[in-house]
Amino acid sequence: MAIRFTLNGKPHVVDVNPDMPLLWVIRDTLNMTGTKFGCGEALCGACTVHINGEARRSCITPVSSVEGKAITTIEGLSPDHNHPVQRAWVEIDVPQCGYCQSGQIMSAAALLARNPHPTDVEIEDAMAGNICRCGTYQQIKAAILRAASMQRETAPSTSGEFDHLQPGVLAGGAE
Amino acid sequence: MSVISTKIDRRRFLKTSLAGATGLIVGFYLPGRHEVLDAKADPAIAELNAFIHISPGNRITILVSKSEMGQGVSTSLPMLVAEELECDWRTIHFEFAPAAPAYFDPAFHRQLTGGSTSIHDCWEPLREAGATAREMLIAAAAQKWGVNARDCHAEHGEVVHPGTRQRASYGSLAEAAAKIPPPASVKLKNYTEFTIIGKPFKRLDVQEKVDGRARFGIDVRRSGMYHAVVLRCPVFGGKVASFDATKAKAVRGVKEVFEISSGIAVVADNTWNAMEGRRALEVKWDEGSSADVTSDSIFEQFSKALEKPGVPAKKVGDAASALSTAATKVEAEYRAPYEAHAAMEPMNCTADIREDGAELWVPTQAQTSSQQVAAKIAGVKPEQVTVHTTFLGGGFGRRSETDFVAEACEISKAMKAPVQVTWSRDDDTRHDFYRPASLARFSAGLDAEGNPTSFAAHVACDSVLRWVFGSVRNGMDGTSVDALANSPYDFPNILVDYQLIPGPIPLGFWRSVGCSQNGFFRECFIDELAVKAGKDPYEFRRGLLAHSPHNLGVLDLVAEKAGWSKPLPHGRYRGIAVVEAFHTYVAEVVEISLDKRKNVRVHRVVVAVDLGQPVNPAIIEQQVCSGVVYGLSQTLKGEITIDKGRVVQGNFDTFKVLRMNEMPQIEVHIADSHRTPPTGMGEPGVPPIAPAVFNAIYAATGKRLRKIPYRPEDLA
Repeated sequence: MAIRFTLNGKPHVVDVNPDMPLLWVIRDTLNMTGTKFGCGEALCGACTVHINGEARRSCITPVSSVEGKAITTIEGLSPDHNHPVQRAWVEIDVPQCGYCQSGQIMSAAALLARNPHPTDVEIEDAMAGNICRCGTYQQIKAAILRAASMQRETAPSTSGEFDHLQPGVLAGGAE
Repeated sequence: MSVISTKIDRRRFLKTSLAGATGLIVGFYLPGRHEVLDAKADPAIAELNAFIHISPGNRITILVSKSEMGQGVSTSLPMLVAEELECDWRTIHFEFAPAAPAYFDPAFHRQLTGGSTSIHDCWEPLREAGATAREMLIAAAAQKWGVNARDCHAEHGEVVHPGTRQRASYGSLAEAAAKIPPPASVKLKNYTEFTIIGKPFKRLDVQEKVDGRARFGIDVRRSGMYHAVVLRCPVFGGKVASFDATKAKAVRGVKEVFEISSGIAVVADNTWNAMEGRRALEVKWDEGSSADVTSDSIFEQFSKALEKPGVPAKKVGDAASALSTAATKVEAEYRAPYEAHAAMEPMNCTADIREDGAELWVPTQAQTSSQQVAAKIAGVKPEQVTVHTTFLGGGFGRRSETDFVAEACEISKAMKAPVQVTWSRDDDTRHDFYRPASLARFSAGLDAEGNPTSFAAHVACDSVLRWVFGSVRNGMDGTSVDALANSPYDFPNILVDYQLIPGPIPLGFWRSVGCSQNGFFRECFIDELAVKAGKDPYEFRRGLLAHSPHNLGVLDLVAEKAGWSKPLPHGRYRGIAVVEAFHTYVAEVVEISLDKRKNVRVHRVVVAVDLGQPVNPAIIEQQVCSGVVYGLSQTLKGEITIDKGRVVQGNFDTFKVLRMNEMPQIEVHIADSHRTPPTGMGEPGVPPIAPAVFNAIYAATGKRLRKIPYRPEDLA
């Protein structure tokens, strides 16, 4: 059965088992490997992607359920890897091994899209589903706060050329 | 200004192979194919030595012989080279070195990342490599200009001859420099001359880790590659009795199902189809002789063994008779469970076994072992196996094993095609090489004034080194009694002994190894003694550390920075601990509170470390935080328990780890030290956190808990 969706703005048609989790379609069928496998049961957040702008665990999302939807992965979060969250991550040197960071960044970007001014507790609650075994939590929290302030600084210009591809995903964009 | 002159005897590091016209980029160091190297792709890139390649466009590539698993070697090792190379840091790039003798660790005599040794072991060779290349570039410029090399110097990626005001970039000199014999000796800088070492340079691997480009082992894609998973007997030591693959083979995308050494391989066109095929497999196991083993039965064995004396690991004076005459006797029994590594990237390996050789793409800490394993399975020589080391999504010691490499090789050989083996999270938790469960009995004597007179520790556990090397000598494994046999505390009488109890649960190196459990035991027991002696735990430790200035130094530093003597807000309690691991000294003070349900919340962790000359303080701070978080997971969260010969826990719902909402604020203080060679920071942050937290729980409740992880019901 052919399933259609857009991935990072590009239309895709895949012919796979409809029960196959989106994660494996992205990684193995489409060979986009930025989205990671960590647990397969939505327990670690490494596989987080945006589906119509909302953070979702792709490892438990059957591909059939994304028919007609817009998927964004880490590769498509921003045109030049310049999403405020990515810039803040670079500025604060967040990653260590880096394996969980795609998922962390996608969760953080979704948080800031719906709550541009999160408190410490709101950040902790939103990010508690993303495990980092290197223990970069302190840096992640600092980077989210930094990204929030970057977003405020550049808010008028962020809804630019790219958000027509991923509505609601970009910083400052609506849900 | 003092300089250190080192005689170069590591010719294998420094001997040059020619670039350019000869096309001999890789030379005799790097047998096999190395498409991974830029040098191969661009014959104009000159190889100054095994670690330094320079392109005509001034791009400097440092080959990193150690595995990047988060600890920062892909930045800190190039810093060592760059310090002596006198180049512009912005021109530095890194690549992971292939598996070859040129990249052997000088202490391990193989390519291996572990034991927090990378900075320590590469400290001289990499600075020498940088200095040697610099001298060759200077010599090439002098030759070109017809001037004396002594009148030239290097700065910011250029060679300069002040007399004639001539300058030439490294890129323009590299090809000629590569043909110049390396100098017999080079002068290395003194720490007062460092311009790169000691600075908090940003990591070189961050950009690709925030945009999805970083290649981990699991991300490798080869043309014609199959995906495979393996069903292994859940009971350690068990094997396949029989299996029926009919239903598995009926699953869409499944290509083959067959038995390999570790279980049954299911090969498919993608990972998920392979996993679905595995779910449909029908297997009968021969569970072997361990099917009735439980954690309780193992600890009973340990307990029974401790009724008899063990093999002495340290003996000073006569601890037994000192104890018998002590005014106060203190006795306690501590235990620690098995622990899984739980790296975020599940174990995986991609192998392409061919008749003429083999190729591995693998997130490994052990290139040489991986190469040997592949060679044996492929039936080729090790030098016919090319090893591409990818980024490691965490290692923590787990990736020094080669079980997952062997699986990929066996399956690829059978399929006659590239195969990627991927483990599920449950596979990863249930088929690990665990931190050993351990039981330790302590006794100590105090005189009438509360002065310590004796210290004894009796340890029973299986041996990590027995699992790694097959056997140990005289029943002794130093890792089983690490932090005990070499405890820095001055007691007039000491006895540490060990009972090696072999068991079926596979053991391996787990971040900080023996210190991870023995640091907890020792530092809690010392706290007990302080209480019995009526002394402050910090002051009591100070009194026993007069002959250990580095331990004393970090203890004093952490007490000062944490405000040890200052009162805390209502409901907050402190604990302190100091543990040396891999010659790095770490002291930690925690502040905790308990809620009504006795849940422990760690609010603040203050850490002081002394690792000698810091190379990159920002990365050191990251590693300290990382160690604290890793240690907090074993303190408060997950443990591995055994029932019916198998691991009870599976995914992160049963093997719990610390999450962001449980994260304390961590402050790191690095001691001002220029000891060389510097020691490592990948592991030593782990050991002090568990005892610091447990000592704080005692301060809060007056109850001494003696087993990790903490469970609120233990306070009932």
